[in-house]
Amino acid sequence: MTALVSARSLSYAIGGKTLVDDVSLDLEAGLLTAILGPNGAGKTTLLRMLTGELKPTIGSVRMGDETLHTIPAWRLATRRAVMTQATSVTFPFTCYEVVRIAMQSPRRKAASASAMDDTVVEAMAVADVLHLADRFYHTLSGGEQQRVQFARAVCQLKSSAQFGMPQVLYLDEPTSNLDLRHQLMLIAAARTLATAGLAVCAILHDVNLACSHVDRIVMMKSGRAVASGRPAAIVDRSTVRNVFDVDILVCEPPPAGTPYVLPFTQRPG
Amino acid sequence: MSAEAATAAQVRSFVAGRKRRTHLGFLILALVVILSVVVALTSGPIAIPPQRLWALARSTFDGQSSGQSSPGLARDALVLFNIRLPRIVLALLLGAALGVSGALMQGLFRNPLADPGIAGISSGAALAAALMIVLGHHITGVDAALMQTVVMPLAAFLGGLIATMFLYGIATREGQTSVATMLLAGIALAALAMACIGLLIFISDDRQLRDITFWTLGSLGGANWQKVSVVAPMVTLLLGAMPFLARGMNALSMGGAAAFHLGVPVQIIKTVCIVLVALAVGVSVAAAGTIGFVGIVVPHLLRLAIGADYRALLPMSAMAGAALLVIADAIARTIVAPADLPIGILTALIGGPFFLWLLLRRNRNIDL
Repeated sequence: MTALVSARSLSYAIGGKTLVDDVSLDLEAGLLTAILGPNGAGKTTLLRMLTGELKPTIGSVRMGDETLHTIPAWRLATRRAVMTQATSVTFPFTCYEVVRIAMQSPRRKAASASAMDDTVVEAMAVADVLHLADRFYHTLSGGEQQRVQFARAVCQLKSSAQFGMPQVLYLDEPTSNLDLRHQLMLIAAARTLATAGLAVCAILHDVNLACSHVDRIVMMKSGRAVASGRPAAIVDRSTVRNVFDVDILVCEPPPAGTPYVLPFTQRPG
Repeated sequence: MSAEAATAAQVRSFVAGRKRRTHLGFLILALVVILSVVVALTSGPIAIPPQRLWALARSTFDGQSSGQSSPGLARDALVLFNIRLPRIVLALLLGAALGVSGALMQGLFRNPLADPGIAGISSGAALAAALMIVLGHHITGVDAALMQTVVMPLAAFLGGLIATMFLYGIATREGQTSVATMLLAGIALAALAMACIGLLIFISDDRQLRDITFWTLGSLGGANWQKVSVVAPMVTLLLGAMPFLARGMNALSMGGAAAFHLGVPVQIIKTVCIVLVALAVGVSVAAAGTIGFVGIVVPHLLRLAIGADYRALLPMSAMAGAALLVIADAIARTIVAPADLPIGILTALIGGPFFLWLLLRRNRNIDL
């Protein structure tokens, strides 16, 4: 299988500190990839290089057969969407307007207004935020804002599907403020998008959510990728101990073959 | 599933309602602009009733008015075309420029308190103008008339532009402009400019002090077609860029990174925005001094009325700013006729209480 996005030996250093150190990564169509690791492991910095926001100090990211940072912003936006950790919106925009902004970048070919409205409604339904359409974004709770931003990212990709290019969706801790039901809803929605042919890459903190829903996990610690592979292959006691500095029991509830961890004590020192 | 379909239908009707409201807003503003121009044309030390306007317009379009027109009509034509009309056109242009610039700067700096002069234009222009008023005669050696009509406006324009370029240079590293750095550097520069103006005031005589004060309050008194021809191209440039800038501004309200993710050429938008605002506000300040208030309050009122979407907000800010300045100027030149009240006093006098009333009337606090 050929990778949609292929990162080779990415490093990022700023102010004499290396945040990401020699990480290679492939994102493939149809697969859900999770990046796991403790705070400050360089997950977000890695994601920002993958999205084109940061230029790696060493190494390069290729998207299809192009080098990422040579693709102009407006064309890049038709091929990948990004949901960052928390997005504040200045001025009283309604949620509907926030989602619709996804289709407003300059140089985008204008679809008919009603077709655009259809896409917005569709994306908002996916994120279960239709009922918030007329609310002001800045008055929502953190979790609701996250779902609106998810709808915005989905809207961006759906509206550029016409170009027929393979697409990537990046999610930075998309479930951090969500209630249980919406965590599962968001992961399921990401899975549906992957099944439709997208590559999805998400930073997650919930090891169990990752184990039970994603195809591949990349574990990061101190800027390096220390393990990567199928959840069942890499999530074991020693890896989690090494990466997160916690002791775990790996349990296997049904469905069989899915690791399930129960963190119970912090590792001393 | 049916619940979702019902919600989708609700969303569509909500969206349609917002669209209707926006269209209605445009219609009302267009009428207000036309009405304000008519009122401004008819009022002044020499009253020209509306039916006389109509007669004048007809005789102008017919071409041969010289034979049968009354002397009164000829005098009115003179007043209208040489005095009143250039002043009204200038007010329209400046009002539009201030309204749009205010909305753009607020979007760029992600701060509802930003005003058109935030990028150093006002401080630079004010310092240059004060410098010319107090020391201009010694520096340039030109006579007072030339100083008033040419040298001072030019100096104000250049002063504003240089200040903006300076701030822009400070805030730009490796091709990325930090609006936060620009804002902070702008505060430092404004303090420095105020100190220098203070020094100039300290060494100025009474007449110069009066000139500085009047310039700071703004006036459209010196309007003529020549000024209009200088201001019009710059303002047209700014208004022409509105559709392009509006989409970028909408995305920028989620921050620079998010705007980049959405495909917006963030750096181009920032640069275009700053340069166009500096040019338009620069010529405005050069033509009429500093006119406060319009740029802050017009976009804010419109956000309360029609929402934050820049695609409607920018053109509406232009229209509302234009109408506000035309009306304010009409009052300024009639209320103490034949003298001229500085227009900056009026924009604040009309707008301030109106804005406060609006805030008091609302039964909940506004989140900026």
